[in-house]
Amino acid sequence: MKTIKSILGGAALLLVAGTAALAARADLVVGVVLEPPHLDPTASAAAAIDEILYANVFQGLTRIGRNGEVLPALAESWTVSDDGKTYTFTLHSDVKFHDGTSFDAEDVKFSLDRARADDSTNAQKQLFAAIDSIEVVDPITVKVTLKTPQGGFLYNMGWGDAVMVAPESADGNKEKPVGTGPFTFESWAKGSAVKLVRNPDYWGKAAALEKAEFRIVPDAAAAIPALLSGDVQAFPQMPAGDALVQIETDPRFVVKIGSTEGETILAINNGKEPFNNLKVRQAIAHALNRDEIIAGNGSGYGTPIGSHFSPANEAYVDLTGTYPYDPAKSKELLAEAGYPDGFKATLKLPPPLYARQGGEVVASELRQVGIELEIMPVEWAQWLEQVFKAKDYDLTIVSHTEPNDIDIYGRDDYYFNYANPAFKEVMNTLAATADPARRIELYKTAQKIIAEDAVNGFLFQLPKVGVWDAKLEGLWENSPIQANDLTEVKWAD
Amino acid sequence: MTAYLAKRLATGLATLLVASVVVFCVLEIMPGDPALLMLGMNAEPEALATLREQMGLNQPVVLRYLDWVCGMAVGDFGRSYTYSTPVHDLIGERILVSLPLAILSLILSTAIAIPVGIFAAARRGRPADTVTMGVAQVGVAIPNFWFALLLIYLFAVWLQLVPAGGFPGWSAGLWAGLKALILPAVALALPQAAILARVTRSAMLEVLGEDYIRTARAKGMPRRVVLWHHALRNAMIPVLTILGLQFAFLLAGTIIIENVFYLPGLGRLVFQAITQRDLIVVEGVVMLLVAAVVAVNILVDIGYAIVDPRLRTRR
Repeated sequence: MKTIKSILGGAALLLVAGTAALAARADLVVGVVLEPPHLDPTASAAAAIDEILYANVFQGLTRIGRNGEVLPALAESWTVSDDGKTYTFTLHSDVKFHDGTSFDAEDVKFSLDRARADDSTNAQKQLFAAIDSIEVVDPITVKVTLKTPQGGFLYNMGWGDAVMVAPESADGNKEKPVGTGPFTFESWAKGSAVKLVRNPDYWGKAAALEKAEFRIVPDAAAAIPALLSGDVQAFPQMPAGDALVQIETDPRFVVKIGSTEGETILAINNGKEPFNNLKVRQAIAHALNRDEIIAGNGSGYGTPIGSHFSPANEAYVDLTGTYPYDPAKSKELLAEAGYPDGFKATLKLPPPLYARQGGEVVASELRQVGIELEIMPVEWAQWLEQVFKAKDYDLTIVSHTEPNDIDIYGRDDYYFNYANPAFKEVMNTLAATADPARRIELYKTAQKIIAEDAVNGFLFQLPKVGVWDAKLEGLWENSPIQANDLTEVKWAD
Repeated sequence: MTAYLAKRLATGLATLLVASVVVFCVLEIMPGDPALLMLGMNAEPEALATLREQMGLNQPVVLRYLDWVCGMAVGDFGRSYTYSTPVHDLIGERILVSLPLAILSLILSTAIAIPVGIFAAARRGRPADTVTMGVAQVGVAIPNFWFALLLIYLFAVWLQLVPAGGFPGWSAGLWAGLKALILPAVALALPQAAILARVTRSAMLEVLGEDYIRTARAKGMPRRVVLWHHALRNAMIPVLTILGLQFAFLLAGTIIIENVFYLPGLGRLVFQAITQRDLIVVEGVVMLLVAAVVAVNILVDIGYAIVDPRLRTRR
């Protein structure tokens, strides 16, 4: 009898302990593929930095929400002057940096001046190019004056590169980031993991998670067992490849295919023979079968695009029908352009699967119409050096992951070698327009111009293949900017 | 013996110097701008120029080489471009994973291979020999990353005895650290053991055919003593050579296994540094590995001298 009692007692105790453990689950291990080079989002273009720190540790005046909308962050509210040149931000008054120093208008002035200074190494310096002056009105009011009205200014201030830092700690952010967010930085074991803990003194609604760890899992083969064994509970960008099917059928996990800002394009050197001929570019466009390319892009997911614009954006127009898949028409155009027997060219492919595998499909499709491509795999460093900087290429496949970046088609000396005064005109008007309806119209016009000029082969919007524990709630399904915001993430009971 | 050692040390230093020139030159001509990689596709030219200046990339090549070599001579490996921390700190963190892993797998492979090799040699041509050498042949042929995945699915996913990968750091405790290294060590050790077992067997067979072994057996010495004392000692020279090579490989060539188990070791540091053009890190780690290989070779030479006294007096 005694033994039975103690067994029962033990079982009851276990049960209590078990439920307590379940209810108290407040930790999360998130798997990421790339390790950040350092932890300062204002000093590098590396997406891996924002993927850990944006919204979790660092915050800006505004922020980008899960569907790409501009939301207030450290600025509680703002007013814009009638001429669209002066923005007056009212800040939250009770905000402290993680090192205990207070956040006020002086810090805003410091952060923005630091980002736009001559010796700044901010990777997105153009975000701040329109700023003329920053004036501290009082501790919670700051006035930013622009040189010319800039429609996207509030959006720009929501980028990871525009987050607020403190003069006391800014220089140390690469190693020990000090921000204002709901999580504070705990440790970084290089090559292994970055750990965050909940900020007990957070100015807003506290996060549900007590601890969050971003573990670096670089290999696709390692990601699956890490997930299956429970070591890692979420991969916001799963490098699964073919093994995704195995996870999709497992009820313990959910697979969410979301959208990103990554327009994946077959970039064409518009400045080079024979690609400077519109007919040749149209011929290439007609030769591309987007469904086939998506099926072969490594994940099998992706939304076809007909221009350089995200389908998730409200200003998106579907232009995939501009030059539909039509090999016969493609051959005709090539003949008209003076290449009845086609021609030879090179295709440089950077390391990601979408490029290396998608590139094979593209090459075989272009071969059907007589364009013989020599495939040249390149590393990222080589790609940046040869293709992006030196413009020494014919064709290449790459995903442009910066949000809302159609303006690159209006830049002088960009690697597409595309120059159309009409397009530049639209971009200039857009930059000075603040009216939302008018901006949407302008964006639509811009999309149409580059689609009709067949500047590049527009392939598909890169998917965000997210996999996580079915009991996790609140992770982002889409990726309007490169971030893994854990503010609203919690375990379901 | 002292003269022998001094000579070996001098050759070692010369090797290091030559290696430093080669490593530096190769990385210098490799295309790719580290500053451009850090700032990405939206970078403005002024920001790029500033960063290049900060990273010291604008100095003349010869000056940078001398700076680097002289720094290393006093133990300063420079500062990583991407991590912006001293390179020796990075190496220090990583070597705490790579070195224990290499030693653990070396112990494992030696502990398995030498007895197995002797066992097979002693039973030459009999079924036991055929079976063990057949298994060893399979061990040589199996790619270690595949074997690693097999181990992960069995011990981490199914039995959940050890983590599927990652390294908690030695601060989490000796046992936690060892637990994370067991599977990678086994995955690394088995193919090595298979090779070593085959080498041990053939070295033993060669020695067992010598006259003095026959004499020893003829005068009635027990089989075990002949095998373990007389034969093994003389068969050690090729075995030591292979062991030295294997240790160097285990220290430097474990990139694939480190990736499969996502361990923060030296291999992954180099791999990552190459893709990010963090040249100073690549140079530092490669030099360290060259130094390790040179040191292992000197140790192996000393080992030769210990097992074979003739080598001590000859030189």
